[in-house]
Amino acid sequence: MRKVAVQTTLNGEPVEFLCEPRQSLLEVLRDVLNLTGTKEGCLTGDCGACSVLFDGRVVCSCLVLGVEAQGAQIQTVEGLAHGNELSVLQRKFLEHAALQCGICTPGFLIAAKALLDHNLNPSESEVRYALAGNLCRCTGYDKIVRAVMDAAKEMREREAYG
Amino acid sequence: MHEFTYVAPSSVEEIVQFLAQHREKARPFCGGTDILVQMRSGVRRPSYLLDVKTAPETRLFEFDPAKGLRIGAAVPCADVSADPAVRRYYPGLAEAANLIGSVQIRNRASLGGNLANASPAADTVPALIALGAKAVLRSVQGQREVPVEGFVTAPGRTILNADEVITEFVIPPPQRGGADAYLRFVPRNEMDIAVAGVGVFVKMEGQRCVEARIVLGAVGPTQIVASEAMAYLRGRTLNEGVVSHAAELAAQAASPIDDVRGTREFRRHLVAVLTRRSLLAAAKRAQANQS
Repeated sequence: MRKVAVQTTLNGEPVEFLCEPRQSLLEVLRDVLNLTGTKEGCLTGDCGACSVLFDGRVVCSCLVLGVEAQGAQIQTVEGLAHGNELSVLQRKFLEHAALQCGICTPGFLIAAKALLDHNLNPSESEVRYALAGNLCRCTGYDKIVRAVMDAAKEMREREAYG
Repeated sequence: MHEFTYVAPSSVEEIVQFLAQHREKARPFCGGTDILVQMRSGVRRPSYLLDVKTAPETRLFEFDPAKGLRIGAAVPCADVSADPAVRRYYPGLAEAANLIGSVQIRNRASLGGNLANASPAADTVPALIALGAKAVLRSVQGQREVPVEGFVTAPGRTILNADEVITEFVIPPPQRGGADAYLRFVPRNEMDIAVAGVGVFVKMEGQRCVEARIVLGAVGPTQIVASEAMAYLRGRTLNEGVVSHAAELAAQAASPIDDVRGTREFRRHLVAVLTRRSLLAAAKRAQANQS
């Protein structure tokens, strides 16, 4: 099958790649662009391990075609840290031990970012709903929820005091 | 996944020209949350995947208190449920759109896709039928408006012709004293598929119900309009006994199956409970809309 040239913006940088129409955005990220931070889980949109931001909205990259990224803004877990400095969310996941095997973590970070981008003061219930599309078989979720709440708190304080 | 050609049309005209030429070989899609899963498992094997959402007409979103609501077929469910006019005037539709999948899924899944996929458990379909919504279909022959009621003919099957595409939904204007509601039962609060769902619309004059529509989901091969329950409610005062009797009539209209999500008996029971609760919720909203 003839490959299609796609121009997109990935973690703020313009990127051009070639892909077959049948390749998902997840396959393109991992196998074409070698960005393996985004994980493959169920391939049916149930687990959220492949979550990325597509034009600022969290989506399952296994249910997006690579060709649909034409002209879009894509953000993956690789874009969260600033150089060697982890983002607040990433740091809080470590502080709260909100991961064990780590396969679900990039998806959780992206889904949590999508929430905090619009709501820096979420209730626990809002956090749990926002993360309901992400499955974790290790942590039991509590530590993840606490990490996200704590990250939100620190980000609020940072916003208030500069 | 099998090999196919991806097409990103820039207008509905382009979509219908393409469909006229390729018919069954082409499949329109929006968010891909159902079709890509079906293609990956080999259930559907279109030669052409037509990206409906790249045609701006399918992203239309217009509310006018006198004319009603027009929602493009490709508008994501997340936008439907977050829209202030939908939340104020069609809260049942907002509820249904907000129940599908996860945030990830709602950011992609559309009303058009939910209807065309024709799952018996589709959440937005009972809500749309309860509101008396129509789907606007386009082909090279022209345009037709069809009620969402009757659109789905069997699981995965609809009245949509091979050369047609759903472009938008037209929902009647809000009525004084009218309101809708949608409730479903799922074992998990979020990210699940309805075991049973009920969409209702009621129009009240004081305590009296002058019009009621009750639509059942996931308890038959297609959505079921509970006509007997609706006829019974017309003109009656909505007290606990009347609502409970209507709920029993709705449960009798259901024709559920046993499957992993629930037994026939359990589903019938759920229809009664959900009908009662959604009627009471809609009636409360309707009474608030009377002034």
